[in-house]
Amino acid sequence: MEDNLLLQVNNISVVYSDVIQVLKGVSLVIRKGQIVSLLGSNGAGKTTTLKAISGLLKPENGKVTEGSIEYEGKGIHNSSPETITRLGIIQVLEGRQPFKYLTVEENLRVGTATRWGKPYKKDLELVYSYFQPLVARKNRQAGFCSGGELQMLVMGRALMAHPQLLLLDEPSLGLAPFLVREIFAIVKRINEEQKTTIMLVEQNANMALLIAHYGYVMENGKIVMEEAATNLRENPDVKEFYLGTASSGALKSYKDVKSYKRRKRWL
Amino acid sequence: MEFFLQLSIQGLSVGFLYALAALGFVMIFKSSSVLNFAHGELLAIGAFIFLAFSVWLKLPIYLSFLFTLVGAFILGFVIERLFLRPLIGEALIEVIMLTVGLAAMFKGLLLVIFGGNLFSYPDFLPAGLTIRWGAINIPPVYVASFIIGIIFLSIFGFFFKYSSQGIYMRSVADNQPAALSLGVHVRRVFAMSWAIAALVCAISGIILGIMNGINVHDISVLGLKVFPVVILGGLESIGGAIIGGLIIGVLETFTGGYVSTSLKEVIPYIVLVFILLVKPYGLFGLVEIERV
Repeated sequence: MEDNLLLQVNNISVVYSDVIQVLKGVSLVIRKGQIVSLLGSNGAGKTTTLKAISGLLKPENGKVTEGSIEYEGKGIHNSSPETITRLGIIQVLEGRQPFKYLTVEENLRVGTATRWGKPYKKDLELVYSYFQPLVARKNRQAGFCSGGELQMLVMGRALMAHPQLLLLDEPSLGLAPFLVREIFAIVKRINEEQKTTIMLVEQNANMALLIAHYGYVMENGKIVMEEAATNLRENPDVKEFYLGTASSGALKSYKDVKSYKRRKRWL
Repeated sequence: MEFFLQLSIQGLSVGFLYALAALGFVMIFKSSSVLNFAHGELLAIGAFIFLAFSVWLKLPIYLSFLFTLVGAFILGFVIERLFLRPLIGEALIEVIMLTVGLAAMFKGLLLVIFGGNLFSYPDFLPAGLTIRWGAINIPPVYVASFIIGIIFLSIFGFFFKYSSQGIYMRSVADNQPAALSLGVHVRRVFAMSWAIAALVCAISGIILGIMNGINVHDISVLGLKVFPVVILGGLESIGGAIIGGLIIGVLETFTGGYVSTSLKEVIPYIVLVFILLVKPYGLFGLVEIERV
C-alpha cells in the first residue's frame, strides 16, 4: 500500500433508520496533503459520505452497514465523533452552524475541545491571521455576524482543532462570488501552509476543481467518475452538467441537451 | 424603616438561596432541555447527606460540608449515567417523566432511611455572623446564605464565562450537532451539568435545612419554588435565575412581613402570572436570534 494514503473508504453502504439506503458502495481514497473535491447534485449523498467519515451519522440514526473506512490504516467506521475528532478528522458542517449565543472568540475556543487544557493562544492568532475580518468581531455574538464572517468563523473554529483531515461541506453556500473566491483562496492557503489534507464537497464545481488536486463525482449514492481535477475540468460531461458550459464552449439549446440519456451511461 | 431594612436583607439572602437552587435547574435545562422535576428531592438529599455526616458520624462541620459537596457531585454523575443516558435520543417527554419518577423514588428512599420526622443540625454557625444594628437583627443563617450564595454564584458565573469546560458546556446548549462535529464530549457535558446541579442543590438544601429544619416533605416542596424562579427569570438564563431568585425571595419576605405569612406562599405565583403576561419568555428568556 502506498504510504501517502491518509483515508480510504472501501465500498461503504449507509442506511438511515435501518431502512433508507443512501450510499450504495462508495469507494474513495484521499492522499496526504491533497485537496480532494466531491461533486454531485443535491441528494447524491455527498454530505452523507462526509458524515460517515466524521462519525456524525450516529446522532442522526445512520449507520455504515457494509464496507470499511480506514484512516491511516485504522478502521474508523461507526466510531463515535468524539473518537474520530481526536484522530484529527474535523468536519465543517453545511450551512455554517455557529454557536449563536457565544461570542466569536468563544466559538473559536470550542475548537480546542479535542485537546482540552493545552494552550491555544497561538492558534487563535493563526486563525485571526487567516480570517482577518474576525478580529474586529471578536467579542460580538456570532448570531449577529454576516454570512461571510460566519463561514470564516466555522472554518477557523475547525482549524483550532489542528485537523489532519478537514472535511468542508459546501463552504460557498449562499455567499457572494467575490467572497467565494476569497474563501477558496484561504482553503488553498491552509492546504499549502498548514499541510492540512482537505476534502471539499461543493456545488460550485468550477471553483472546487480550480483548487482541488483530485475529484470525485457522485450520483444517486454512487461514485460515477473520478479523475485528477484538471482532467475533470476538461471532461465534456462534467463541463455540461456541473460547469454549465457545453463542449463547444457555447450554451446549447435546452432541447439538445438530452442529459437523461447521457447520465444513464454513468450508472 | 428598620423593619424594611431587616426584611430587605432577609429577602435578599432567601433570594440568593433560591438563585443557587435555580442555577442547577437552569444548567440541566440549558444543556439537555430537560425539566428536572426531581429538583426538590436533590435539595433534600443534600440536606440529609450533610445531616448524616455532621450528626450521625459527628465529623467536623467543614469536613461534612466538603464531603456532602463531593457526594452530591458524584450522585449527579451517577443519576445521569444510570437513568438519563439510556434515554438519550428518546422523546423529551419521556425524559421529563423519568425525572418525575426519580422524584418519587428519591423521596421514598429518604423516607425509608431517615423517616418523616423533623431533624435539625447542631448550631454550628458562629454567632459573630449575626448582624445587629439598631433594631435590625439578622440571624447568622441569613448572613451565611447571603455570603455562600454570592460566592458560589460568582464561581459558576466565571466558570461558564471564561473556562474552556464552561464554554464547551454552553456550546452544547447552543448547537449540539456543531459541538459534536468539533469533538465536544456531549455525554460528558450532560453528566457534568447533572453533577453541578446536584452540587448546588446540596448547598441550598443545607442552608434550607439550617433555616427551617430538615424534613423530606418540606424541603422537596420548597424545591418546587425553583419553577416560579426560573420561569420568571427565563429558563435559559443563569443571570435570569439569579434575578428571579432575588425577586421572589424579597417579594416573599415582604409579603410575609407586611401582609400575612399565609399569603407568602402564593405571592410568587401571582407575580409570575403578571410577568408572564408582559414577558412570555420570562425577564431574561432567550430571545431567538433570527437572521432574515
